[in-house]
Amino acid sequence: MLADQDRIFTNLYGMHDRTLAGAKKRGHWDGTAKIIKNGRDWIVDQMKASGLRGRGGAGFPTGLKWSFMPKESDGRPAYLVVNADESEPGTCKDREIMRHDPHTLIEGCLIASFAMNANACYIYIRGEYIREKEALQAAIDEAYDAGLVGKNAAKSGWDFDIYLHHGAGAYICGEETALIESLEGKKGMPRMKPPFPAGAGLYGCPTTVNNVESIAVVPTILRRGPEWFSSFGRPNNAGTKLFAISGHVNNPCVVEEAMSISFEELIDKHCGGIRGGWDNLKAVIPGGSSVPCVRGENMRDAIMDFDALKEKGSSLGTAAVIVMDQSTDIIKAIWRLSKFYKHESCGQCTPCREGTGWMMRVMDRLVKGNATVEEIDMLLDVTKQVEGHTICALGDAAAWPIQGLIKNFRDEIEDRIKTARIAAE
Amino acid sequence: MLRRLHLEQPDSFAFTPENQAWAEKQLTKYPEGREASAIIPLLWRAQEQEGWLTRPAIETVASMLNLAYMRALEVASFYFMFQLQPVGSVAHIQVCGTTSCMICGAEDLVAVCQEKIAQNPHELSSDGKFSWEEVECLGSCANAPMAQIGKDYYEDLTAVRMGEIIDELAAGQVPTPGPQNGRYASEPLKGLTTLTEFDAGKHQYNASVQLASDIGDTVKRIDGTEVPLLAPWGQAAPTTNAPVQVTGAPANQQKPVAKRPAVKKAVGDKTPGATPSKNKPASKDGITKQEANADSAAKPRGKSNPPASASASAEKKPRTLSAPRKAGADDLKRISGVGPKLEGVLNELGFWHFDQIAKWTDAEVAWVDSRLKFKGRIERDNWIDQAAKLAAEG
Repeated sequence: MLADQDRIFTNLYGMHDRTLAGAKKRGHWDGTAKIIKNGRDWIVDQMKASGLRGRGGAGFPTGLKWSFMPKESDGRPAYLVVNADESEPGTCKDREIMRHDPHTLIEGCLIASFAMNANACYIYIRGEYIREKEALQAAIDEAYDAGLVGKNAAKSGWDFDIYLHHGAGAYICGEETALIESLEGKKGMPRMKPPFPAGAGLYGCPTTVNNVESIAVVPTILRRGPEWFSSFGRPNNAGTKLFAISGHVNNPCVVEEAMSISFEELIDKHCGGIRGGWDNLKAVIPGGSSVPCVRGENMRDAIMDFDALKEKGSSLGTAAVIVMDQSTDIIKAIWRLSKFYKHESCGQCTPCREGTGWMMRVMDRLVKGNATVEEIDMLLDVTKQVEGHTICALGDAAAWPIQGLIKNFRDEIEDRIKTARIAAE
Repeated sequence: MLRRLHLEQPDSFAFTPENQAWAEKQLTKYPEGREASAIIPLLWRAQEQEGWLTRPAIETVASMLNLAYMRALEVASFYFMFQLQPVGSVAHIQVCGTTSCMICGAEDLVAVCQEKIAQNPHELSSDGKFSWEEVECLGSCANAPMAQIGKDYYEDLTAVRMGEIIDELAAGQVPTPGPQNGRYASEPLKGLTTLTEFDAGKHQYNASVQLASDIGDTVKRIDGTEVPLLAPWGQAAPTTNAPVQVTGAPANQQKPVAKRPAVKKAVGDKTPGATPSKNKPASKDGITKQEANADSAAKPRGKSNPPASASASAEKKPRTLSAPRKAGADDLKRISGVGPKLEGVLNELGFWHFDQIAKWTDAEVAWVDSRLKFKGRIERDNWIDQAAKLAAEG
């Protein structure tokens, strides 16, 4: 198990002093100017060496993403945009950072902005997080008062402004280009790529969009060195990670752990085990609603990192673990996700706009068993037609949970159809 | 998803002066020419003030940002947090229904709402106090099941507790938000497994609940006086203009009621349709901000009540009238940029005619500007030329 002194978010539950003074006591904002004085390339190289992969779900290497930003400005300003639109069902980790350890994020914003030649950073927080917005804004005001951001931020010679912007309840705004559209004051509809945001993003300027957790771990990584960070987890899956465990465990919680921790250890150590014991485990969605579910018996020996979960036919996603025990109606649980995606489809691409509604209606009948067995394959076929045929990944995200359900629980769906038919006769 | 404006709409909308100042400040967050970015925060502020998003509010915000009404309507109908129909006067309850909460019992919470409030989502309860809806994931999954009531999350709920919360709200109390089962935040219920050394000596509540109890605006409609208005990013810029800083001084914010009652009262008088405070529930002590203001209404009309201003030296008070001339007041709304609310404020300050406005000097513009709390509006919309033309038309 990760030792407390190796945790980055030492005030995850807000039990410490939450002010700037408290954050400084825990080691944040220590030598920030010195880090910045090392220069842009040094920071990007250190981030690459640390092996940090984006914490927003896709797992793209953060250092590499930063290196896509133009080295020299062509006259346009550059922007860092922090994606705090945490809305993936099951995910509730960034909220804890923003309300309880906000200075990790603010310091990270300064360093990351410097590394990508940006003088301004926008944090896009989801609209429902009203108190989190207030807590984060209060922390930003504190940092301004202390001269840590603003002109000559933290005496580093870099001018840096940080703005907090909020959304209004659209899941799609967690997609980076939709987030940029929304930040520009439009409907949150994803843009075609290319051009990628690093070329033309916010207001047509070079922009990098990073998840809250990806940015918030940066200062600690640079202070302690990339070797320290990459010493946790297996190669290519380095670091520590916030896991959010919800559903049928005895003690659901958010906890920081080393990557590549085994699923069993994660659940037993922090969550008090599965409700009703390990034999009662039915299914697990290991990375937020967008990833396929895994059968309980396959999950018990799983390792929680990007590569291992890929082998299990799923993904680490945002490390939002939804645990379901035998009492769960798994078909209904996935149907609820279909309803979610239908609700949140922005309506721009036809396969997604029509497909999500279509899939939900078929799922609706599968929950009741009011279908024929052939329709299962038809549904699977439709998910394949939605997947990969939309501008953004919401179409894929809507398709994968259903594919996971059919792959892992086809027997249950068929049973239900048969039972319903017998009952009807 | 198809979302339409409500059939019955009020006649007008106006931000309270504090919310107006707040809104003007938001614009400074974005680069010049990109003010449209502020649309979501502004629409949200309008909704927080009124309880739901009305057509006049959408149009007012669109005008502030120089957007076509359609662009603002697109935004208002796209984002689900914008309530396009009236909500319960006490609280609108948003139950999270997505998978994590569903498997932990969100359906029972919905059943409680159906029983206690109304059968259908968005339907007002018979006493008009409550409404409810099932929303998608609110991002508090480790504390499932949960609901958002007003600005706050009520987490780790049970059906019984949900019923109690609705009853308490109906009785005029505000239950403490946050986890309802004794947890502090999102740590394991049975005790800390990590970060144990700091268990003692903590704040009473986690950050969200602490803010809710400190600010005390959980389910009430806001008027802008709840939190100090800060814009630290603007302070570094030398061009920041004085009037905004005056309104933004924290000292003003803490006791705004005492500072500018006259203007507020005038707004209410001049535009009976606007009544931004009409449905505002009484605050905890039973006194609404409006009632608290009433004692200053006896001041003579036309006498302004300027806030103490450090920048007053650059300002000069123009000649004002205590009442319109005999021929009757001009319709100041004909000046582009002046609405019913601003007209009321101008009348209150003692301006009734186009020729008065046409004669303002720069120093006088500064004087008016600092009282209107519309940073640079007079120059931006070129009131003086407009007024000169209108005055010439007679």
